[in-house]
Amino acid sequence: MNAHIEKVRSRGASMRARWDSMPRQVRWVALLALIVFLYLLPNRWFYINLWYFRTMESDMATVLFETAFFVLLAVGLNVVVGFAGLLDLGYFGFFAVGAYTVALLTSPESRFDIGWPWLAAVPAAVAVTMISGVILGGPTLRLRGDYLAIVTLGFAEMIRLYASRNEGIANGQRGIPQIPHPVPDVKGSDGQSLFGVVDARPYYWLTLTIIIFVILGVRNLTRSRVGRAWVAIREDEDAAQIMGVPTFKYKLWAFAIGAAVGGLSGALFAGKQSFINSDSFQLTNSILVLAAVILGGAGNIYGAVIGAFITWYLPEWVRGIGGALGLEINVAEYRILIFGAVLIVMMIFRPQGILPNRRRAAEFADRRQEAAPTEAST
Amino acid sequence: MTDTVPDTTAPAKAPPREALLEVDHVTLRFGGVVALNDVDFTLYKGEILGLIGPNGAGKTTCFNAMTGVYTPTQGEIRFNGQRISGRARHKITQMGIARTFQNIRLFPEMTALENVMVGADAHHKTSVVSALFRLPRFWKEERSGRDRAHDLLRFVGIARPGELARNLSYGEQRRLEIARALATSPTLLCLDEPAAGFNPAEKDSLLQLIRKIRDTGITVLLIEHDMRLVMGVTDRIVVLEFGKKIAEGLPAEVRDNPAVVAAYLGVPTDAA
Ligand SMILES: Nc1ncnc2c1ncn2[C@@H]1O[C@H](COP(=O)(O)OP(=O)(O)OP(=O)(O)O)[C@@H](O)[C@H]1O
Ligand SMILES: [Mg+2]
Repeated sequence: MNAHIEKVRSRGASMRARWDSMPRQVRWVALLALIVFLYLLPNRWFYINLWYFRTMESDMATVLFETAFFVLLAVGLNVVVGFAGLLDLGYFGFFAVGAYTVALLTSPESRFDIGWPWLAAVPAAVAVTMISGVILGGPTLRLRGDYLAIVTLGFAEMIRLYASRNEGIANGQRGIPQIPHPVPDVKGSDGQSLFGVVDARPYYWLTLTIIIFVILGVRNLTRSRVGRAWVAIREDEDAAQIMGVPTFKYKLWAFAIGAAVGGLSGALFAGKQSFINSDSFQLTNSILVLAAVILGGAGNIYGAVIGAFITWYLPEWVRGIGGALGLEINVAEYRILIFGAVLIVMMIFRPQGILPNRRRAAEFADRRQEAAPTEAST
Repeated sequence: MTDTVPDTTAPAKAPPREALLEVDHVTLRFGGVVALNDVDFTLYKGEILGLIGPNGAGKTTCFNAMTGVYTPTQGEIRFNGQRISGRARHKITQMGIARTFQNIRLFPEMTALENVMVGADAHHKTSVVSALFRLPRFWKEERSGRDRAHDLLRFVGIARPGELARNLSYGEQRRLEIARALATSPTLLCLDEPAAGFNPAEKDSLLQLIRKIRDTGITVLLIEHDMRLVMGVTDRIVVLEFGKKIAEGLPAEVRDNPAVVAAYLGVPTDAA
């Protein structure tokens, strides 16, 4: 068993080594090509040629938006679960807080009725979720063990239960309608606002852009003392403390950053749907994001991206393929069931995820030294 | 609880030296177990002090009390005259106490270099914001931390900085722990059985390493079961048995001390 894991680990490592050993320019060009591809993808004239890749039963742009959105959630949760090793089961609670903050600040139907534009409400939503993360994490992160999992689970349920009360500011099932779409001043070629009801492409592009920035930010953090502190805490919290890591501070940062990304996703969601109610936030979604992170490889940014992509896009794609073959395969309905099974299989055969936690081989200097290893005389 | 009065306590004729660490009548209980019983000794700047005693004597517990893992039930520990009990562990590290662990506790999924850089970060000031936006301080500290980590890895003799800690050999892992501790720029380095599981050749090179560390001006507190190593490298020795200090003095004095001989009778001196 262990030998098997070892083998798998080394295979993951060799995949990584191959990517790392490519010249820097090649890697940049490959990455750039991928990004261009992703921006082109929702256009009909583009994906129509990719018959094997597109979703046939549902609108490609909408599926892409949902996938991108899910990827964003996974990237945020990965900071908390993957890097800092904190089990956050109530991530969707932050998502809900972000969505409701935007709804309350912007909708003319909200109790506040202050009618902020969407764009102004986004920073507020991020700030509010970050603060709620700090309030929640402050007392809990001082403790070890499973408290955090329980507290975050309770938090998400609390938010959901409060939101479902008809008397509360969240309006329960009736929800909050008429949330403005993002940036109405940006007009498309037809003179209509770019962010409308029908076309999901602008939302996808917006989400993709946000993902790129969030990934850049997370990447910068993980390749600094902050990321080292997170991984050290995940690996051995006591040893980290004794080596001078202020563990509480960095755990709180991880938690707050995760919460902020969750809130940002919520703000996006509210802006796209323009209506939210208590049914929009189910516990299963929390679990699904967590499953995506673990599936992709906790502690690896791109692993989380791939995990989320598989968790969201693949079921839609399979449905399309089934439709083309005249079958009714609605994988999306069984998402939870299937991913439960996949996760169990993964835990057995590839516990580190699809793309394992990438501990980069430092900088070129190290790699050169590695190339000619001189065994230490002991 | 044994209440045997130490029959011989031979304090070294203390020259006018500066105290670095004072363990002041420290008692530490775990429920009914008295792990440290009124232990009292002083560590002077620049020396190598050996802390020895049979298994379960309380040596590791003593380290834990010094690094803030446990708080003494009675008594206190002072470092440079400042009380350390009650301070956060990372603050104690920043004050200048570093340690290694008897059971290796590296960060296995981090590279050797990163392990050491975590130690170097103990004195870094880069904030989350400056790491996020890669402000000048980030670059400056990242570069100096990396250089320092490379130097320390070379110093302890680890040739593969990019290797994951979990893939290093046992001996390398032990030495990596020393490098990581040194990276926190300590004035006091506490080594908990650094030679456990080493062959004679490895022990010799470790002995050289400890001397080299002392020569850089760092005070060393060494827990070790191998008498030859302890006698060869330490300036003074404190002996614990059942949580009590039973002897203190120069290596030669301690070796001939009847209480120490009795404590070790029937106890293998080399538990490695
Ligand atoms: N956390 C703890 N809880 C309860 N008892 C403890 C704890 N830590 C240590 N002890 C007890 O304190 C006593 C001293 O243990 P300690 O580990 O300090 O011994 P040691 O001198 O380091 O021994 P060794 O040479 O085996 O490492 C032992 O009886 C041990 O069982
Ligand atoms: Mg011990």
